[in-house]
Amino acid sequence: MRNNKLKLTILAVLVLISAALYVFYNLNGSYHYAFPRRLIKVLAMAITGVAIAYATVTFQTITHNRILTPSIMGLDSMYMLLQTVIIFLFGSVSIFVLNQTLNFFISMIGMIAFALILYRFMFRKEGQPIYFLLLVGIIIGTLLGSLSTFLQVLIDPNEFMNVQDKMFASFNNVNQNLVWLSLVIVVLTIAYGWTKMGELDVLSLGRDHARNLGVNYDGVVKTMLVLSAILIATSTALVGPITFFGLIVANLSYQFFHTYKHSVLITGAILFSLFALIGGQFIVERIFTFSTTLSVIINFVGGIYFIYLLLKGSRAS
Amino acid sequence: MISVKDISKMFGKKKVVDAVTVDIQPGKITSFIGPNGAGKSTLLSMVSRLMNADSGEVLLDASDVKSFKSNEFAKRVSILKQSNFMNVRLTIRELVAFGRFPYSRGRLNQEDEEMVDKAIAYMNLEDMQHSFLDELSGGQRQRAFIAMVIAQDTEYVLLDEPLNNLDMKHSVQIMKILRKLVDELGKTVIIVLHDINFASVYSDHIVALKDGQIVKDGPTEDIINTASLKEIYDMDIPIQEMNDCRICVYFNSK
Repeated sequence: MRNNKLKLTILAVLVLISAALYVFYNLNGSYHYAFPRRLIKVLAMAITGVAIAYATVTFQTITHNRILTPSIMGLDSMYMLLQTVIIFLFGSVSIFVLNQTLNFFISMIGMIAFALILYRFMFRKEGQPIYFLLLVGIIIGTLLGSLSTFLQVLIDPNEFMNVQDKMFASFNNVNQNLVWLSLVIVVLTIAYGWTKMGELDVLSLGRDHARNLGVNYDGVVKTMLVLSAILIATSTALVGPITFFGLIVANLSYQFFHTYKHSVLITGAILFSLFALIGGQFIVERIFTFSTTLSVIINFVGGIYFIYLLLKGSRAS
Repeated sequence: MISVKDISKMFGKKKVVDAVTVDIQPGKITSFIGPNGAGKSTLLSMVSRLMNADSGEVLLDASDVKSFKSNEFAKRVSILKQSNFMNVRLTIRELVAFGRFPYSRGRLNQEDEEMVDKAIAYMNLEDMQHSFLDELSGGQRQRAFIAMVIAQDTEYVLLDEPLNNLDMKHSVQIMKILRKLVDELGKTVIIVLHDINFASVYSDHIVALKDGQIVKDGPTEDIINTASLKEIYDMDIPIQEMNDCRICVYFNSK
């Protein structure tokens, strides 16, 4: 247990160092121009990192599966469809695209409404296995993805460039007001989620044990699904689809902290994701001078890590 | 006292439990016996609220079990099911500590720690309390799960085939511990058993089910006889008395 505290402290220090490096490296005294802009970007990365780490770990606990991410529920596809439909119907110079706040609200409300309607339908009957929900999520996600592709083919190629922009997460032009708004949403959601930490630990024992120990299993599962939908919707509406890397940070956390305690696992996953995002963005901006994107680096490093996991696993057995 | 009143459950079109009414005697070991598919486990699941009944009700001290808050109910009735697959890696002590969840909500105080110590000692698991569950044998793991239920410290302890996959030594060990729970700590134990000899030797009361209905319900002496067993299992089972134990000789070589 003490060992885990030390590991968490070291990780936290690494996160702080990478944040400091990102903000102050080559600042050249530009305290009025670059400094506040960099701070806002760090904040945006922090919001995204925290939201995705928390959502992924809880989602994996309630599904009892460590290789799933909440994107399986089709939220990312819903986001892409919304963006495509907006540009298809109104064009890239319409108010729905140019006004970032409006776009943010449309995306976020669209995704949350989608998730809630899906859950409502799935949980009408008692005792429905959660895999059924996931399966329906995958199918609807694919349907929405195909619809987006269909519309994208019809769009004018110049307009399509605007859709393409939305396909990849980017921290380079986040809107300051939206960052504050997202911060409030994420902090409130996670503060509420943190009170359920003990229940999450019990949930990982499985349904029967959890119910025996007085946990309202179905209730907690539903709450957690809604919380992760809110978090994913917020971070996706803010910077774009980036859920994939939750998988990496969650598994890194399981690997490093051999515990069932979600307070440790989630904190660990959050720190890993902050380090990956801020450190990665630093490398992208200052070393590669924007010649590549963060997604590429995270996919590259994450891919190597997974191959390592596979090799280690196959050797052990 | 737990009273089951006219309870039924359908799986698809099959009635698994069919209008069952039974009272559970407090301070005793009650065994549920019967052929496969008789509805014993389903009945146990409904009593413990793991499953909702289609009709009928289960009363705990004259109030419907559904009216209890989850947490309060978990302080009074505990259940251990047959399959205990888990995808987290826990030590015995961590598992047993989960038994205190209804009281501590995950933050163990001094009293909780003492209860965990006691439960571990009760099941003779002190030496291996820091071993991981996946490193244990079937018997040790079963004992660890029972220790968790003991730490939960409920008046009623419900066990669904706890002797499954255990050898004779461990089976006897577990039945003796259950006897101690009843005789020394005054708990009420309800247990689903497949081996009628364990039911005959260790339980006070037997409820026999067949095709979702109760065929026999009474003190052990009244059930363990050739006529009753014929009704339950459709087999002619001679009974032998040895050292005050009634042993059913159901091995039919002819």
